[in-house]
Order: sequence, then C-alpha cells, then structure tokens
Amino acid sequence: MFNEKSKRRVLKAGFYLLSTALVAFWLIPLVLAFFTSVKSMDEIMGTGAMWAFPKSWRFDNYAKVWSSIGMGRYVLNTIFITVPSVLGTLVLSSLAAFALAFYGFKLNRMILVMFIAGMLIPFQMLMIPVFRFTDSIGLMNTRIGVILFHIAFQLGFCTFFLRNFFRQVPFSLVEAPRIDGASDFRIYWQIIMPLAKPSLAALAVLEFTWIWNDLLWSLVLLQSDRLKPVTLGLANMQGEFISYYNMTASGSIIAMILPLVFFLAFQRYFVSGMTVGAVKG
Amino acid sequence: MTKAVFKKGWWVPWSFLALPLAVYLIWVYIPIIQSFGYAFTKRDSLLYKTVYIGFDNFARMFQDKQFFVALKNNLVWLLYFVLVPIPLGLFIAMLFNNSFKGNRIYKTLFYLPMTLSFAIIGTIWMWIYNPDAGFLNMILRSTGLSDLARPWLGDSRFMTGALVAVGVWRQVPYIMILYLAGLQSVPVELVEAALIDGASWWQRFTRVILPVLAPATIVSITISIIDSLRAFDIIYVMTNTKARAAEVLASYMYTSSFQYQDYGYGSAIAVIQFLITLSFILVYINRTLKAEQESGL
Repeated sequence: MFNEKSKRRVLKAGFYLLSTALVAFWLIPLVLAFFTSVKSMDEIMGTGAMWAFPKSWRFDNYAKVWSSIGMGRYVLNTIFITVPSVLGTLVLSSLAAFALAFYGFKLNRMILVMFIAGMLIPFQMLMIPVFRFTDSIGLMNTRIGVILFHIAFQLGFCTFFLRNFFRQVPFSLVEAPRIDGASDFRIYWQIIMPLAKPSLAALAVLEFTWIWNDLLWSLVLLQSDRLKPVTLGLANMQGEFISYYNMTASGSIIAMILPLVFFLAFQRYFVSGMTVGAVKG
Repeated sequence: MTKAVFKKGWWVPWSFLALPLAVYLIWVYIPIIQSFGYAFTKRDSLLYKTVYIGFDNFARMFQDKQFFVALKNNLVWLLYFVLVPIPLGLFIAMLFNNSFKGNRIYKTLFYLPMTLSFAIIGTIWMWIYNPDAGFLNMILRSTGLSDLARPWLGDSRFMTGALVAVGVWRQVPYIMILYLAGLQSVPVELVEAALIDGASWWQRFTRVILPVLAPATIVSITISIIDSLRAFDIIYVMTNTKARAAEVLASYMYTSSFQYQDYGYGSAIAVIQFLITLSFILVYINRTLKAEQESGL
C-alpha cells in the first residue's frame, strides 16, 4: 500500500504536527503569563477573556514592577545570594571530588555515598536544626547564613558530579607531573581544574538555576523584606497585589528572565548536567 | 575503584576533603541527627525548657487526623508523579528522538518549565485555576462543559489534584530528558523503524526498546518518588500553607514547626518523611553504584 518513502513522509508530517501541538499545549501557561503581563488592568477586567491576545502592549508594567513594587531589589538580592553560593560550592566540591576521584583510601566509597545520599534527603529534616544553628552563630537574617547553607547543601550533588568527570581524566595526565615532583595541590589547581572547565561551567549553570529558584531556605533563614530574594518577593506580591494580575505576571516574567537566558545560552551543558546525576534540587 | 591511587601520606586526600566534609557534616549530617533527637522532645511552655518525652510525638501523630490527611495527600502526589510523567515522558522522548530537522528546538521549548522556580510556576497557575476568570474554567465553559468548571483551589476535594497537576507539568520535561539520555543507547533508526512498521511496533517497543531503557526507567521512577515526597514550594505558593486539606508531610512539618512553634512534633513528622524517603534513596544509590561498576569507572 505504502512504499518506504511515503511512509517516511507520513511519519515526518506526523512528527511535526504532534510535536508542535504538544509544545504549544505545554507552554500555554507561559504564553498566558506573558500576555497578561503587558495588559492594562482595564483591558484584563474589561474583556471577558482575561487571557486574550493583548490589544495594547503595556511594557511600562515591567518598569512599574521593577521600581515601585521593588522587584529590582528582590532580583539584586537573589544575585547577591546566588553568585557567592555557586562559586563557593564549586570550589569546595572540586576539592572533595579531587580527593574522591584520585585517591584510594578506606572511607572513599563511604564518603561518596554520604554526599549522594545527602542531596536526596527531604529538606524538612534539616530545617529546624539549620534554623537554630544559623541563629546560634549569629547569622540569622543575613545573606551569609543562606549562602553558607546553599554551599553546604549543594556540595552533595556537585561533588558527585565532578568526581564522575574527574574519573574520566586519563590517569597519565595526573601521574606524569607527579613524577616530575609537582605537589598534589598543584596538580589539582593547574592540571585538573583547567581540564574540568567545561564541566565546571555545566555545573555552574545548573547550580545557578537551582539556587536562584530556591524559596524554602530564604523563607526559613531570612525575615527582613530588605534581604528577600525574588522567589519570596513574588510570593509576597501575591498577598499584596493578588488582584493586579498584570503586576504579578510581569513580576513572574522578571523573575524568570535570567535563569531562562542562562538556560538558552548554555542548554547543552544544562541538559548533560541534569542527566549525570539525574537529580535536581 | 582501583584505577587511580596516589601513594603518599594517608593524610593527602584528607587535606583536600577536610573543609568540604566539615561543611557538609555541619549543615547536613549533624542536623539530620539533631532532628532525630528533637523528635523525642517537647517545648514545655511553663518550665521554659525542652523536655524529653520519648515516643509521645509519634503516638500523638497516630491520633492526629491532619497527619493522615498529609500522608494520604503525599500518597496521591507519589502515585501521580509515577503514573503520569513516566509514560508521558517516555512517549515524548521517543517522539523527539529522531533524525528530523528542528527536533532540538522542540526539546528546548518543552524543557523550559524545568528551569522555572515553583514561585513563578505557582503564581502563573493560580490564574489558570482562578474560578471566575481563570483559563481552565473559561475553556471548560466555552466548550460546553460548564458543569466541570469549579473553584479548583477552593474546593478541598480537588485541591490536591490541582496542585499535583502543576508538579506534573514541571516533572514531565525532566523525565523526558532522562529518557532522551537513555535512548542514546538505542539507534535512532531502530526507533523510527519501529514506528513505521505498524504491525510489529508494539513488539519492538516492548522487546527491544523498553529493556534497553530499564535503567532510565528505574532512575526516573525513583527520582519522581523522591521529588513527590519533597513537594513543598508549590503548596506554599499556591495555598500559603493555609489550606489544610491540601497539606502534605513537608508542609505540615513546616506549619507545625514555624506557625505553631511545635518543633518537637515538626521534627517527628520530618523523621517519618525521611524514613519513607530513605528506602528510595537507597534504591537510587544502589542503582548508581551498580551502573558505575558496569561502566568500569
């Protein structure tokens, strides 16, 4: 009835049709959020269809949310938390990964398992003790308190991830400089770390997104509105501006823009990173 | 494990490990042990001190209706997180895993929800569920299904379902990625051929493709279960943890501890949540180490 060629053509058409429909369906919430974010309240309330295509594009909603509602402040707060956390966790986890990848010692496997298990536990198990500990060392309601926790908690995944990468490094690359008398720390810093740049980049992208998206730990460790990150800012906005859909919508778009740009720019890294450990935060 | 061994002082690896390990112990492992400890205590408001009360918190839990509401909801989360994202993610991965032009764009677009925080996702879905002007009810009304339109987040019968749907929306792309990675070990032609030969399609799928994907399936199921047991952000953002009927263990723990200042009881709930999760964590670790041995690393 059909020859191979026409079968393939049908298959191809089927693929494009089905894929387009599927992606369009899946992204409806995001498209709707964007439409809402550029409408005036009159337009949203006036037409029966709150979700219709915008008649006039009010991009000044964004400016309003950014400055008068204070989204700009929240975004900056998130950056101040996220960047040091990512850097800190990369440095510490690469040290641990180096030890676990290149040295045979008794507790090696056990420590690896500890790092892996730690990244999967329910956060609730840490909440009260971390809350109390942070309070007792005087870091409650400070950025440092949240940053230190993020660094520590993300060590599990990062160590696991980097150790897997380090183990693929040909051993001769590590062995040769040793024979020439290089110290172990120099091998770590001048040979392994430069080699690991692509995987460090992949990890940085993933960690950036995860820490950026965190809500729980800022909720527990930060009380003052002045320090709150964008995720909490958004949750707060829901309380104050619940019926100003255009404001909350443009707030959401602002909150998602940086991780989104990061993802689109470093997609390949992102996806490969997600599958290495097959775990997300 | 035998591959790389530096022979020098025993202390060399420990000098690299000392700082990260100390940080990890302080912020992760010591807190786990402390939580176990807190679970056996209670804050005595008259004496102004914390007293040891044995298993009382756990005994109280078994008579606490709200605890069982949370437990039941967690079970609903777990079931949906396994039953929907696994087959759907597999299907979509098979669909996108082909040699046609542009399939990368589809993958990228489909993956977008994974990069968003629950704070954003929750905010957006709040309007989808809005009873009057929300998208869902609007669609239902305009397609003549007005009877199905309801206040999704205002009715205790549908609340959990509505929240889980949001979680699933974000989980499916993740599972798709895991399966796409798994499909790397199946030649694209094989999958496509399986699609073309209508008659033997099912056979090839079950006899060739599924067995190859078995490791990806195990990881996907384990991770989905662990994620479902950790669900908190969606519930916090979309109900502000005020809707008791939608509570899960994680949010009940949070409200007990931070709204009712009942740290002992909160810790006991966390311990139960931890113990349920632990078995799946062990499956995951076992799987990971086994895969590593097989790959010879």
